[in-house]
Amino acid sequence: MGHDMPSRRLLLQAGLIAGGGLMIGVRLPSLARAADPDPSGTFAPNAFLRIDPHGAITFILPHTEVGQGIYTSVAMLIGEELEVGLDQIQVQPAPPDIVRYIDPLLGDQATGGSASIRADWMRMRQAGATARVMLIGAAAKRWGVDPAACRAERGVVHHDASGRTIGYGDVASDAAAQPVPHDVKLKEPGQFKLIGTSAKRIDTPSKVDGTAVFGIDAKVPGMKFGTLAITPVKGGKLRYMDEAAARRVPGVLAVVRAGDEAVAVIGEHFWAAKQGLDALGVTWDSGPNGHVTLGSLIASMDQASQKQGLVAKQEGDAAGAINGAATKLSAVYQLPFLSHSPMEPLNCTLNIQPDRAEIWVGTQVPVRAQKAVMDATGLPAEKVTVNNLYMGGAFGRRLDIDSIAVAAVIAKQVNYPVKLVWTREEDLQHDYYRPYYYDRVAAGLDASGKLVGWTHRVTGSSVMARWAPKGLKHGLDPDAVEGAAETPYDVPATLVDYVRHEPDGMNTGWWRGVGPTHNVFVVESFVDELAAAAKQDPVVFRRALMQKNPRALAVMNLAAEKAGWGGKLPANTGRGISVQFAFGTYLSCVLEVEVSPPGEILLHRAVVAVDCGSTVNPDTVRAQIEGGLILGLGTAMYNEITLDAGAVQQSNFHDYRTLRMNEAPKIEIYQIRNNERPGGIGETGTVAAAPSLGNAIFAASGRRLRRLPFGNGQLQGA
Amino acid sequence: MPNLLINGQAHQVDVPDDMPLLWVLRDVLGMTGTKFGCGIAQCGACNVLIGGLPVRSCLLPVSSIGAQAVTTIEAIGNTPNGKKVQQAWLDKEVVQCGYCQSGQIMAATALLNQTPKPNDADIDVAMSGNICRCGTYVRIRDAIHAAAA
Repeated sequence: MGHDMPSRRLLLQAGLIAGGGLMIGVRLPSLARAADPDPSGTFAPNAFLRIDPHGAITFILPHTEVGQGIYTSVAMLIGEELEVGLDQIQVQPAPPDIVRYIDPLLGDQATGGSASIRADWMRMRQAGATARVMLIGAAAKRWGVDPAACRAERGVVHHDASGRTIGYGDVASDAAAQPVPHDVKLKEPGQFKLIGTSAKRIDTPSKVDGTAVFGIDAKVPGMKFGTLAITPVKGGKLRYMDEAAARRVPGVLAVVRAGDEAVAVIGEHFWAAKQGLDALGVTWDSGPNGHVTLGSLIASMDQASQKQGLVAKQEGDAAGAINGAATKLSAVYQLPFLSHSPMEPLNCTLNIQPDRAEIWVGTQVPVRAQKAVMDATGLPAEKVTVNNLYMGGAFGRRLDIDSIAVAAVIAKQVNYPVKLVWTREEDLQHDYYRPYYYDRVAAGLDASGKLVGWTHRVTGSSVMARWAPKGLKHGLDPDAVEGAAETPYDVPATLVDYVRHEPDGMNTGWWRGVGPTHNVFVVESFVDELAAAAKQDPVVFRRALMQKNPRALAVMNLAAEKAGWGGKLPANTGRGISVQFAFGTYLSCVLEVEVSPPGEILLHRAVVAVDCGSTVNPDTVRAQIEGGLILGLGTAMYNEITLDAGAVQQSNFHDYRTLRMNEAPKIEIYQIRNNERPGGIGETGTVAAAPSLGNAIFAASGRRLRRLPFGNGQLQGA
Repeated sequence: MPNLLINGQAHQVDVPDDMPLLWVLRDVLGMTGTKFGCGIAQCGACNVLIGGLPVRSCLLPVSSIGAQAVTTIEAIGNTPNGKKVQQAWLDKEVVQCGYCQSGQIMAATALLNQTPKPNDADIDVAMSGNICRCGTYVRIRDAIHAAAA
């Protein structure tokens, strides 16, 4: 980026942010470039907002809405400093433009890693403040008064001494000629009007009356509808299909191949396409991965985990400390492959013409989406338009663009627009799965029960090596060890290492909570095991290890207190606790569960305490924790992707279950409010679910479960 | 050629008899508020109301509907309970990604049509056929109680 250094304050902010495995680089878009001259008189002082002469205010948001409320939260940041209400603005997702809309923490124009608020906290307020100063400056100039004597409120500049007012639209074209201020002072927290309030989400009304347009709802004149089948075994090839049979289905228009790996049927509607696809009777050659089973993958991971990996953290002589310890513990923890399975199946609508292409899709990565179409068509970026629509969930799935790439290969073979919709079965069986992890942990306690040494070896796929190899640090994947290399605990001797092991026949990808969802489960479960070995209460044991970590200690103490930790419970019922620092946020969860004698797990109550620093919208924080916890609990209870003969065995929501209304626990959330730097929130609840559940099952039943998911019959077995 | 009565309007559609209502709504009539989630009646995203009851439109052959009136999310706000449910969804800020919420709102409206003051057990029975991957169940429950109040 050659132009316009970001302000020192912004750079400092970005550089200091801690806790986030997806953080790759810090490159910042410019806020201070000269306003684009616009003959219509629209004021566009930076990439993030426009005010037209009629007063219409549009925010262009670099992060995309997957349900986390980011459109509202970021609009609150801009609106706070611009002095406009959420009822006065429209929002638009940013077009693909890596220079203007990069997430500096992710090194890409991407939404993920609970990074958005951390990325936008300063730059969006600066964007709003810069514009406000220029608008006030333009009004003051017109009136011949000192800008310092003017103020702005709800999109209107006021000069109180003379009682004059003027709307932003009326000074928009003048404002564009104002010098761009370089060091605008932002409000102090005490001056906030919007930030810190539970403002209503701006996307909710359209989502309760059916008018919201998700990717799958795109409408393009003349479009047809397709669905596809992909080789069930990675690397397999199409062997046979009966194209004539498909064409005999009424409404079928075309059978289109994407190489040897996929075939689509296009029809007048999805139903015709689906009937046509069934009539094709496709069979596949499995190829080199036809022998793969989950068992074979676990066996090779077990093998790989025997050897030393890349060191992520080393302090003192952990092995020696454990060897000399009075009590030694070691364990293997295993976490399964997981599918994302957002409620909205993968889809993409495309209109590919010889000289241009346009797509309609919900994506977390618009630049990568555009590139996928460029690669398939040979068109340059300026000829490929990406319309980014609401996503019906993502959980990381829409950080990959495989579905867009294959759609482009198919759509370029027909001369009409086509909406390609994956069946749930294709979606679930061709995911970029959360990697299987095979973790070895060991620790030693001295005679008094004090933790003296800790080792943790992570073995599993590196998503980062595929998705963002520049994020590797000297070959080490920081995401694979996030939540393991740095824990809330003070341990005298620690060794954490990582063995990269890529599974045959499986694509792996980011899944909600990324590194911490994996590592916090292992760490918090094993800490609980140590507390039991030391014959100490799990909260008391952790407290002793967190004396240098006051914010972590505070959330744990608060969660324990609100949950009535230590209070009596009915038979077969127990409380489990977990503590985490992830995505810049401290969170502790106490879960109360019942394990019935036949081994059924009932989730009664969750109590969460959270300190995410500066809070933009406290109700959104609560919503994300509630929802993230429920997704995480359902996953920890039920979900695993298994393979046989190289193919995924699960196919739909009947065998890849989601927690249902009657199974969800009551949830209480307590927020510690302060003015620390904001932490991410979207993935924190999911991270806390499995460790608090495993620890609660132990408390209720005396059974320590080290392999997820828990509800797969382990408690029924011997 | 089936005749359909949807949201008070008659539609004549030229589609196969066994075509599920979901795809007639979405791909033929352009009414995209009703969602495709699983295609096997496991998730409830495709709920519509027929005779006041929630029906999974992804498995409902269009020829089986006959003269029965169909109500979708686009018109549920014209019914007293539908309007109350939508308002409660706004007041309780239920929605996250929103994709399942059309189906949730249809199921909740049907519940109130049958049981004006549902208790938690009634809500469990009526709503457990609808899944939400964002995990909005806590607020759905609160919103149903609020709508019934």
